[in-house]
Amino acid sequence: MSDPPPIRILLAKLGFDGHDRGLKVIARTLRDAGFEVIYLGLRQTAGSVVIAAEQEDVAVIGISMHNGGHLTLGPMMVRAVADAGLEIPVVIGGIVPAEDVPTLREHGIFAVLGPGTALETVVATIHAAAATHDGMVG
Amino acid sequence: MDTDATSPAAAGPSPTATSDGTRVGTTTLGGVPVEAVYGGADLGEPGEYPYTRGAYASMYRDKLWTMRMFAGFGLVADTNRRFHELLAAGVTGLSTAFDMPTLMGRDSDHPWSVGEVGRAGVAVDTLADMDDLFAGIDLGGVTTSMTINGPAVTVMAMYIAVADRRGTPRAALGGTIQNDILKEYQAQKEYIFPPAPSVRLVTDLMRFTSAELPRWHPVSVSGYHIREAGSTAAQELGFTLANGFAYVEAAVRAGLTADEAARRMSFFFNAHADFFEEIGKYRAARRIWARWLRERWAVTDERALRLRFHAQTSGVSLTAQQPEVNIARVALQALAAVLGGTQSLHTDAYDEALALPSEHAARLALRTQQVVAYETGAARVADPLGGSAYVEWMTDELERRAEAIFSHIDELGQGSMLDGVIAGIESGYFTGEIADAAYRYERELAAGERIVVGVNEFTEASAPPPSLQTIDPRIESEQRTRLDAVRRDRSSEAVARALACVAEHAGDPTRNVMPAIIEAVHAHATVGEVTAALEAVFGGYTEAAVA
Amino acid sequence: MSRDDALDALLTDARHGSRRALGRLLSVAERGGDAASALDRRMLDAPPPLWTVGIVGAPGVGKSTLTARLVAAAADGPTGPVPRVAVIAVDPSSPLTGGAILGDRIRMQGVGSRPEVFVRSMAHRGDDGGLARAVPIAIRVLGSVGVATVIVETVGVGQIELEIIHVADTVIAAMSPGWGDAIQAAKAGLLEVADLFAVNKADRPGVADAVRDLEQMLDAGLARGSGDGRAWRPPVLPTVATDGTGIDGLWSAAEAHREWLVATGGLQRVRDERIRHEIGRRAKDLLAGRIDARTAELDLATARQTPGQWAALVAADVCAHADAPGTSAA
Ligand SMILES: Nc1nc2c(ncn2[C@@H]2O[C@H](COP(=O)(O)OP(=O)(O)O)[C@@H](O)[C@H]2O)c(=O)[nH]1
Ligand SMILES: [Mg+2]
Repeated sequence: MSDPPPIRILLAKLGFDGHDRGLKVIARTLRDAGFEVIYLGLRQTAGSVVIAAEQEDVAVIGISMHNGGHLTLGPMMVRAVADAGLEIPVVIGGIVPAEDVPTLREHGIFAVLGPGTALETVVATIHAAAATHDGMVG
Repeated sequence: MDTDATSPAAAGPSPTATSDGTRVGTTTLGGVPVEAVYGGADLGEPGEYPYTRGAYASMYRDKLWTMRMFAGFGLVADTNRRFHELLAAGVTGLSTAFDMPTLMGRDSDHPWSVGEVGRAGVAVDTLADMDDLFAGIDLGGVTTSMTINGPAVTVMAMYIAVADRRGTPRAALGGTIQNDILKEYQAQKEYIFPPAPSVRLVTDLMRFTSAELPRWHPVSVSGYHIREAGSTAAQELGFTLANGFAYVEAAVRAGLTADEAARRMSFFFNAHADFFEEIGKYRAARRIWARWLRERWAVTDERALRLRFHAQTSGVSLTAQQPEVNIARVALQALAAVLGGTQSLHTDAYDEALALPSEHAARLALRTQQVVAYETGAARVADPLGGSAYVEWMTDELERRAEAIFSHIDELGQGSMLDGVIAGIESGYFTGEIADAAYRYERELAAGERIVVGVNEFTEASAPPPSLQTIDPRIESEQRTRLDAVRRDRSSEAVARALACVAEHAGDPTRNVMPAIIEAVHAHATVGEVTAALEAVFGGYTEAAVA
Repeated sequence: MSRDDALDALLTDARHGSRRALGRLLSVAERGGDAASALDRRMLDAPPPLWTVGIVGAPGVGKSTLTARLVAAAADGPTGPVPRVAVIAVDPSSPLTGGAILGDRIRMQGVGSRPEVFVRSMAHRGDDGGLARAVPIAIRVLGSVGVATVIVETVGVGQIELEIIHVADTVIAAMSPGWGDAIQAAKAGLLEVADLFAVNKADRPGVADAVRDLEQMLDAGLARGSGDGRAWRPPVLPTVATDGTGIDGLWSAAEAHREWLVATGGLQRVRDERIRHEIGRRAKDLLAGRIDARTAELDLATARQTPGQWAALVAADVCAHADAPGTSAA
């Protein structure tokens, strides 16, 4: 095949947090930028995300957070990915204050897409994240 | 104040500030005397069918809208202290916001509750919590608004059980519970069970309050969250009223009359940025509701035909950039709600885009309403924009768009709005339409076709945004300790028996599950345990796929 | 590591239960090209899955919910390191952008996290037949690492989906009650491919009508049928995927179909047919490009011929040069 295959990304929300407007906008944005979005939706756990990421062989995991739990759940997500032996970058979107971004980066989160991030920035960031993912066979 | 005749019955998440309808005046600032309403007979009159121009004849001259303000926090003792402060200040309506675990019908020791206990509202797990929440307060002498949906039956049962124990007659209880489950599937996503049994819980509560708590408003049909999730104004209008029709139909199936059902229902709408579109929306809502109830269900009771609503300014319209600009946004949105004839209003704090509101910002938001009420003169005349060619056209246009939505839903339900709404939920119609609208808006923003001040135009080098309010971690451990104590001291056999009864009654659609739940909470079953008992019968719910 | 070594390492890991390796291998199959061919060559001596079940039907009828239920039924049994049952859930790609939102997994959360189960979402990726090539390879890979049952879910609306469903030993067509569904199914060609019919959402009105309509159409001889005497008459079964009603019946009927295939020697025949079909399809794919190229070169002014005569000429030319460079089938 001549074209590179579409990049696969998994999108999910963790726990009770039901604010999925942003996640759905991102899903549509990425679809229209040629990505294959595995949409896991609401009420996931770090564990269920890892299981899906592994089976779906995604290049990026995108987690949306609107409940202020990002400082706990973000690092927990990164740890769960690493514990499963996966090397998949984790990107967080949603309501994350700028002052928390360095902390999240230190914990291995690839990027944080805060409120008001331009859609083109979203696409560029996911491309950059996917580029760090170890490539395919052949 | 909240009174039965005029309460919007919206479960605004907040205590109620005093308001005084007699001070809006009858003359302008320049001393010009003005009438209560203007316009010829062809425009219709406020307070008369189909109520396009307002629910009541003299509107705010008689009674100003209720100003509801946000306050939710921590342990029941914290909220109870706040209630007492408000009561001492002359407030008679209390509004309760619950934390996320409670809203999802789970206990404070559920694994997902970590970090959420007491954060965005108060944590209520047990009857003891409910009792302490209202300690020292005469439940027969206040009205209470509770913003909760999925576990509404359980929380309501606890409120009733507390009254029972104190010897307060059930008939003396007044207030509102949001209890609008349909919009949860469509927008807010705080659902627990599948739609059909959830609607049955809604009608169980409607039947129960109709029989035993005649002063209670058992449903506040809420478009607010639909709009926040990204819908257009027309979708907010169409989906919300369709949900209202669905509840009327469900209540009729459950044995109430449409008059009985609609009389105690009220609405909750968004107050968004597009000024005239919003005003047209409120006017169209009243007209549609009255006409549909009269034509489809032959409703005749004025109290049922007259749509009353609570409004809240739009949270998603607030920006993290240049947050002070939000004060101007909120003021204009509040003005739109007032010109559209709201019965009750919550104004957002300007710092809410990133955080729970600070006290300073919450006070400014209240002051904004007071400026609209007492300084602008907007409250002096009913429906002051009625007769404007543009506003009348906008009202008609939104009505037309809503009607197109109703036709589609009616078709999905093969002549039943209730079945149509449920089918639309299960097929992902609502969530898909809302997500498409949200996406369209974001793309217009990205393309510069829409301008938001400070976001894609008139930007400034950003100052560091305010940080999220942190919550004391001791709240969670203290609440768990309270919960453990209740679990330890109660009779576990009695709880098991009561929960078995809840499950049995839930499994029998001819029964009302409320009495069994009241018994269970009397036996100190927790919110999470009642949820689990119902879930064992009803099952859970998974959202419709997005694509 | 060379590509071949990498594939071998992934296969070894997958056979020892690595979900990650299996996920990777399916990406190779999905991507097509030389790596997929190399992978497929390694499948020659490997066993196929014991059973492949297809679920096909219009969007929203409840295929994913049904699949989740059937997976739960199929997952029971002795567990080893490798998942017993795998799902391949196919959703359409956006024809404009090539992207896709794959949402089937949402309905499989309960079962998808069980160790006995492996779920993979695949996008249609356009109409060039890429997916129709990838799915048979993916199924062979799943079988070769030890997955016993593979369930393929796909929307039955187009040629590609019907191609995909060709991979299944047993095909379940799902529909919901509601007027016209049976007729829609007939139009979509589902009657011919299905071995069983699930009338899902039987909690809704109109089930009896839908069942009756289907039965009538089947009696009128529109079904898949079989040439070897004891024909299989597809049963029509009402189900409620959301609460599990009728699932046991559907699953045992599906198992009965498999037993019938085995007993009548049909399983091998179906599988041989399938391989032939795949070969034929891929051969056509291979020739198609060259036919187009040759057609483009024709100088129509050189001879007065009918299109049919030209076509015969093109076909003869292409076949005469079938071993031309650049057409190796790998
Ligand atoms: N009432 C009812 N709803 C069902 C049933 N099966 C599935 N659904 C609902 O139908 C919708 C679509 O289901 P899904 O499995 O995603 O359909 P698919 O598009 O065919 O895969 C979901 O909301 C399901 O909950 C059923 O038997 N009865
Ligand atoms: Mg599906």
